[in-house]
Amino acid sequence: MLSRDSKAGIHLHYEFEVQGGDFAKAGTASSRVKRILQQIGTDAEIVRRVAVACYEAEMNVVIHAHHGTVVLDADLDSVRVTVADEGPGIEDIELAMMPGFSTAPDSIREMGFGAGMGLPNMKNCSSEFNITSEKGVGTTVRMVFDNA
Amino acid sequence: MHNYLIGSDWKVIELMGDTLDRADSVGGIELSRVCQILDGEVICGAEALDQVIESACGCDLMSDVLAFTRPGSILLTGLTNAQVVRTAEMLDLKAIVFVRSKRPDDATIELAKSVGMVLICSPYPLYESCGRLYMAGLCGCQEVETRLQPKVAEA
Repeated sequence: MLSRDSKAGIHLHYEFEVQGGDFAKAGTASSRVKRILQQIGTDAEIVRRVAVACYEAEMNVVIHAHHGTVVLDADLDSVRVTVADEGPGIEDIELAMMPGFSTAPDSIREMGFGAGMGLPNMKNCSSEFNITSEKGVGTTVRMVFDNA
Repeated sequence: MHNYLIGSDWKVIELMGDTLDRADSVGGIELSRVCQILDGEVICGAEALDQVIESACGCDLMSDVLAFTRPGSILLTGLTNAQVVRTAEMLDLKAIVFVRSKRPDDATIELAKSVGMVLICSPYPLYESCGRLYMAGLCGCQEVETRLQPKVAEA
């Protein structure tokens, strides 16, 4: 997963599968992402921001979707995380971005999630945040974290 | 009043005009002291109790923990599922205190061991556990920025 380009330096690319509804394994992908970034010497504050945002996105896949992927791309300038899922999609993204808005059921809230803070927190943690969704198809969150 | 608050490096501070016997723990306190103050039992990570922490967060809402908790803090919570450990891992927290004698299941303990997270079990409820640590001078995650940093700058 490591490629070298004489101009761009080192570029890392990893992909992880996330299974909807699998709470026992929820967070595994984000944990791997965090370890990889630590191993390549990414600044600790950047690692923390990536880990938190990635974990929020991964939890959303586990809570709401059937299946998803977490894609990590990292080079010297930035870390990019894309989380795409096959799921119900989001009907009104603007509404979903409002702090406190959530469609999670009580069973999720009892686990400490579903407070409607996930998407705003991802946006706060990242340098660039983009979300696209199609109802009945799925949702994709793209995040960029500048390395500096 | 509370003998455990007053040690050689603990002193009475003045806050908002009233004299409170809240200790001043500039520089943080060790996890072993957290354990002592909470009458806590270490579930795992006993070898890492010499770590120093500067702040704590008491919360059952992991969404809030993820949004507002400072790295290097400890989390006090009444939830015991694996996602609490994952949340703490992502945030670089040093330990999790389960209040009111709640214990996580074996899978959660194994997960904590695998990521090097210290787990502590306290007999006190969340409010009392937080209160004990607060009176010992341990800051909240918001408070620590204003309370500790200026003193570091003065020194």
